[in-house]
Amino acid sequence: MTAIRASLASRDPALLPRLVITVVALLLLWPGLELAEFDPAALFDSRGLATLGSFVGSFLPPDLSPDFLRLVAEATLQTLAMATAGVFLAAVLAFPAALVASRALSISRIGPGRGRWLGEAVRLPVRWLLVVLRSIPEIVWALLFVRAVGLGPAAGVLAIAISYAGMLGKVYFEIFESGDTRPARAILEAGGGRLTAFGYGIFPVALPELASYSVYRWECAVRASVVMGFVGAGGLGQQMDLSMKMLAGGEVATILVVFFLLVLLADLVSAVLRRAVA
Amino acid sequence: MEVELVDVTLTHPNGQRALDRLSLAIRGGERVAIIGPSGAGKTSILRLIGTAIRPTAGTLRLANADPWRLPRAALRRLRSRIGTIHQAPPLPPRQRLVTTVLAGRLGQWPLWRALASLVYPADIAGAEAALARVDLADRLFDRCDRLSGGQLQRVGVARTLYQAPDLLLADEPVSALDPQLATRVVGELNRDAQARGATLIASLHAVDLALGSFPRVIGIRAGAVAFDRPPAGITDAMLTELYASESPRPPTQDEQPLELPETGPRAARQPLCR
Repeated sequence: MTAIRASLASRDPALLPRLVITVVALLLLWPGLELAEFDPAALFDSRGLATLGSFVGSFLPPDLSPDFLRLVAEATLQTLAMATAGVFLAAVLAFPAALVASRALSISRIGPGRGRWLGEAVRLPVRWLLVVLRSIPEIVWALLFVRAVGLGPAAGVLAIAISYAGMLGKVYFEIFESGDTRPARAILEAGGGRLTAFGYGIFPVALPELASYSVYRWECAVRASVVMGFVGAGGLGQQMDLSMKMLAGGEVATILVVFFLLVLLADLVSAVLRRAVA
Repeated sequence: MEVELVDVTLTHPNGQRALDRLSLAIRGGERVAIIGPSGAGKTSILRLIGTAIRPTAGTLRLANADPWRLPRAALRRLRSRIGTIHQAPPLPPRQRLVTTVLAGRLGQWPLWRALASLVYPADIAGAEAALARVDLADRLFDRCDRLSGGQLQRVGVARTLYQAPDLLLADEPVSALDPQLATRVVGELNRDAQARGATLIASLHAVDLALGSFPRVIGIRAGAVAFDRPPAGITDAMLTELYASESPRPPTQDEQPLELPETGPRAARQPLCR
């Protein structure tokens, strides 16, 4: 009897839950791959390989003619401008929304006191609004704005601003709530207001995370603005679209190198910013 | 500020009862120490009085009004007159001391002044004076994360001194300080309260410090008042019984027995009763 008990006690109690989670994950993944018509064999059949091979083969050498480089430089600037303006606008929209949506800045939750349900009634719609904004992909917003304001980077800026406001807003208020919220709460308990509690209690705690996440989003926006170029929102994407349609592999290679450099640049900016605010 | 608790019961969301029909009355300008074993409800009492949590039953009255019945703006004004020193100071690590101390008056400053002070400190002299009272004036422009735990606790004290509240609540304000410094900081709090006629309520771990510095001492055990009287009326037996669940003898500043010798450095520094 005691021997049985001892052997029971020595078995890891986490075994069963882990097994169940693994099996469930596999059961969920398999139909997902089926539904996505994922078929690795198609990649390796002779015809597909040949097409892919000749296209990739034409990447070398990259097109470095001065004319094309000037074109790429201009498109790069346009892409950077589109991403930067879009993310900046998104942050301007996201910040107040996150301030309203964050529970860490709620005065009525202390106690809880008066107006608690009112506070929750304001927070929830703002959270839903952020969900709606980011549930629609930026490419869809881009298609919409290309029709509204015409071809060009303006449509891309608006698309990024709207969809990224949803993402930034959600992550901002989560950052506000996930850090140490006691400093802000102490200020609220001493009669401070929401904005001052944010400025003195949450901002200094959350600043590094806010900065690095915003820069990461800027990097995503650079890539997103490329995709949106394919639907006519200007920049490197539009150039890439043209080059691909003309099967000019060298030009595509040059643009890919520029992408690589842009992502490197974003990494660098992020590292510098993090060190500056650490 | 007058403080009154009438039959206050506090039950935490997990069902644990922290305070059980507790009644207390503290007059304006009184200085009171709260002692008792850990988990007795000292922090709960201070958080209740500081309007940080709401009683499950019973009423709290501050300045002769029930804070939980006040309109929101009036409650905020009331809170700006209450200063709390937390045991673990809730200070952002990246903030500079000057900003941390000035944050004490956020409840009194208009919004524009509070925001402008984030750009350029609004009252450098005032912050420096408050820090000088806890021996940290030379660290005015240092960041909080450059300080030790004990220094940080003193910054929390300086912030509340700068707030100059009518009701000073201190939750084990010197738990991270060595005995000499602890005695000085508790003395500074007492002097400040006395000079401004403010009410001071402090929970303390060290019994000798409570008996030596406060004219009224309340012993709390299991969420209820065990005794409430001036230090002269508190006997060793009462103290031993108060801490019976925790240790054979009441905790003191450097774990020395409470029965002090008639002579020697400890007796000179720390009179048992006044």
